[in-house]
Amino acid sequence: MSVVEANLDHDIHAHDEHEHHEELNFWRKYIFSEDHKVIAKQYMITGIFWAIIGAAMSIIFRLQLGFPGANLSWLKPILGKWITDTGALDPNFYLALVTMHGTIMVFFVLTAGLSGTFSNFLIPLQIGARDMASGFLNMLSFWLFFVSGLLMFVSIFIETGPAAGGWVIYPPLSALPKAHMGSEMGMTLWLASMAIFIMSSLLGSLNYITTVINLRTRGMTFTRLPLTIWAFMITAVLGVISFPVLLSAALLLIFDRHFGTSFYLSEIYIDGEALPNVGGSPILFQHLFWFLGHPEVYIVLLPALGITSEIIATNSRKPIFGYRAMIASIMAIAFLAFIVWAHHMFVTGMNPFLGSIFMFLTLIIAVPSAVKAFNYITTLWRGNIVFTPAMLFSIGLVSLFVSGGLTGIILGNSALDIQLHDTYFVVAHFHIVMGAASAFGFFAGIYHWYPKMFGRMLNNTQGQIHFWLTFAGVYLVFMPMHYVGIAGFPRRYYQFTGFDFTKSFTDLNMFISVAAIFTFFAQFIFLWNFFYSMFKGKVAPQNPWKSNTLEWTTPVNVGHGNWVGEIPAVYRWPYDYSKPGSEVDFIPQNIPHSQTPESNFPHENEYIAQEKEIEAQNYNDQFAAH
Amino acid sequence: MAEVKKLSIEEAPDTLSMDPKKFILWGFIVTIIMLFASQTSAYLVRRAEGNWVEFQVPLIFWYSTAVLLASSIAMHWAYVAAKKDNFSTLKIAISITFVLGLAFLWMQFEGWKDLVAQNVYFVGNPSGSFFYVFTLLHGLHLITGLIVLFVTFTASMRLKVHAKNLRRIEICATYWHFLDILWIYLFVFLLYFR
Repeated sequence: MSVVEANLDHDIHAHDEHEHHEELNFWRKYIFSEDHKVIAKQYMITGIFWAIIGAAMSIIFRLQLGFPGANLSWLKPILGKWITDTGALDPNFYLALVTMHGTIMVFFVLTAGLSGTFSNFLIPLQIGARDMASGFLNMLSFWLFFVSGLLMFVSIFIETGPAAGGWVIYPPLSALPKAHMGSEMGMTLWLASMAIFIMSSLLGSLNYITTVINLRTRGMTFTRLPLTIWAFMITAVLGVISFPVLLSAALLLIFDRHFGTSFYLSEIYIDGEALPNVGGSPILFQHLFWFLGHPEVYIVLLPALGITSEIIATNSRKPIFGYRAMIASIMAIAFLAFIVWAHHMFVTGMNPFLGSIFMFLTLIIAVPSAVKAFNYITTLWRGNIVFTPAMLFSIGLVSLFVSGGLTGIILGNSALDIQLHDTYFVVAHFHIVMGAASAFGFFAGIYHWYPKMFGRMLNNTQGQIHFWLTFAGVYLVFMPMHYVGIAGFPRRYYQFTGFDFTKSFTDLNMFISVAAIFTFFAQFIFLWNFFYSMFKGKVAPQNPWKSNTLEWTTPVNVGHGNWVGEIPAVYRWPYDYSKPGSEVDFIPQNIPHSQTPESNFPHENEYIAQEKEIEAQNYNDQFAAH
Repeated sequence: MAEVKKLSIEEAPDTLSMDPKKFILWGFIVTIIMLFASQTSAYLVRRAEGNWVEFQVPLIFWYSTAVLLASSIAMHWAYVAAKKDNFSTLKIAISITFVLGLAFLWMQFEGWKDLVAQNVYFVGNPSGSFFYVFTLLHGLHLITGLIVLFVTFTASMRLKVHAKNLRRIEICATYWHFLDILWIYLFVFLLYFR
């Protein structure tokens, strides 16, 4: 027994020593860091890098769509042999660009970039934890993402080009290397990269959920969590449930590609010769893929909605309208996300009755979405609105969420989908509601939490200009695209000018392309602001937006462990803005009700008795020895 | 002084109901469940489409299932021993679990050979391919289980697993039992939906 006791003691001391560790070296501090704030910044920088590449790709294929056959030989220094001798863009590379743009934007920018940055940064800071539940797994998650990105990056430069079967990689196109040059090495690298990405995403998500559930500070009950945290946690749950299914789909595809099995392949002839594969079903892949694919759009959108809730409440100086309704609607959206996947497959020859069930379920999503939109608008209603760049981007998000959501109601109809399927109407719809809206959430988050991340302020004027240019640009790009789509212009086509009716849309396509280029260049204002302010920006005050949440109680330059001394306890919800009776227009979460008798509601006076209980609780401090 | 403070902290009521590491394990188990749920539903969807070759499941898979069940019992024995600070039993029980796990893997491999002898190949009708994929994926997860077992074994050699420090062995046991139940699910599934 004595051995055991000695061992226990030893463990405790080992922990203690760890706490008073001397300064970490450069590698452990900035590269292989286990600090959630550093990992968040790593995700952010990597996400921004990928966003630039993904957006630049879209500009190149937009050039082809807006100006078919234009002389692009000035791009030869970058694209090399993908520009033909006549100066046209190689059609094979056009397909690869579309595929890579989708993959990069959906997975690397808006999944890893958005969730990775803000879940990592905000979860421990807003729930009052020293760090994530497992710093090591968190670090592993980022570096797996990095490796996956590296593989994808390499695939862009190989001779046969990157994957080109669309980001949905439907077999048999993706399963047969002979089908297209992009299905050779490019597809192999795509699958390898995504398999690693899935592992990274799962590790991240598990960490987020565990941290939120187990490491909240004293008094931080679930109904006192900021809506950001609710959104991040539900997003992580979606990821944990849906990403393994994508892994499943990818595994079977790998077996088909490299080992000759027939999960997705059947009775295929190439050059008049039959392939040996018999008995597979390509529709099976679509079921598996969209079981991830649909929740994925909410994995992308929900964090942005959470960020918006927080920013709109703070900058309207009003409590969020319908806090519990917001949580319920996030949960409802998350639940519905899993039972609507077949609305991506209305035209695969599925039973029309099944189609109408999926249509019904799909249209129900409009209800929780409308609840959210309503609550945002009612929060803004008669608020003392402060138009910070973050606030502008949040309001912009609400606008995009509404206008993109409305076209979703059109697309969700299985009958209308026959006309609209795979046209630019779909492209316009999901770019507004998922792409641009989430990107606005990303921008809003960066503008709002930049002072906490780098201890400096972003330039406000540049932020405002960036917003208005981006906001106008997004609508100028995607509004006309709806009309092109309704007319029947199909997506993923290199050129579609062969018919009279499509020829008449050449002007509109040109307009879209010009608007896209304009919006792309507007983003450089942000990039300049972002990197310049990191070194030369105004030094940030501790709580620049007069916000209630716990992250603003930390020092301006947050150290490892987040709070110097004790972690603050939490006594109230995070939305006590402009409370009647109070002298100040915000009461942070760590102020007890006993200190604010003038503004307490009658039922809140009862909470004063609970303060003792909260204070008696365990610190829940990971860094202290247990 | 520091010691006194620490003691008072330990007496305070806990804010959390579960150990974060154990919680992560359960989350990990959820991801594995989703992986196999998607695989088995893919199996059902594909099977419903017809063109499905039926074959006899080799007898050795029954034996391997029994071996894995026995390893679970040994695992539980190890856990009980750790709880009672019975170190020699603990080491023996973990070793038995480990060896039975290895034996299970070897028997699965032999089962593949029997399948090949029956002309059921990995490349061919999806009914056979799925059988190989299920056993392969489960086998890969079992290898990670063996690694966890090995880590727990070395920890118990260094007397780090005992009644007051059960976290390691609890995580190990939960994972191992889960892998056991997962195999039983897959096996029953494969037998039932031939």
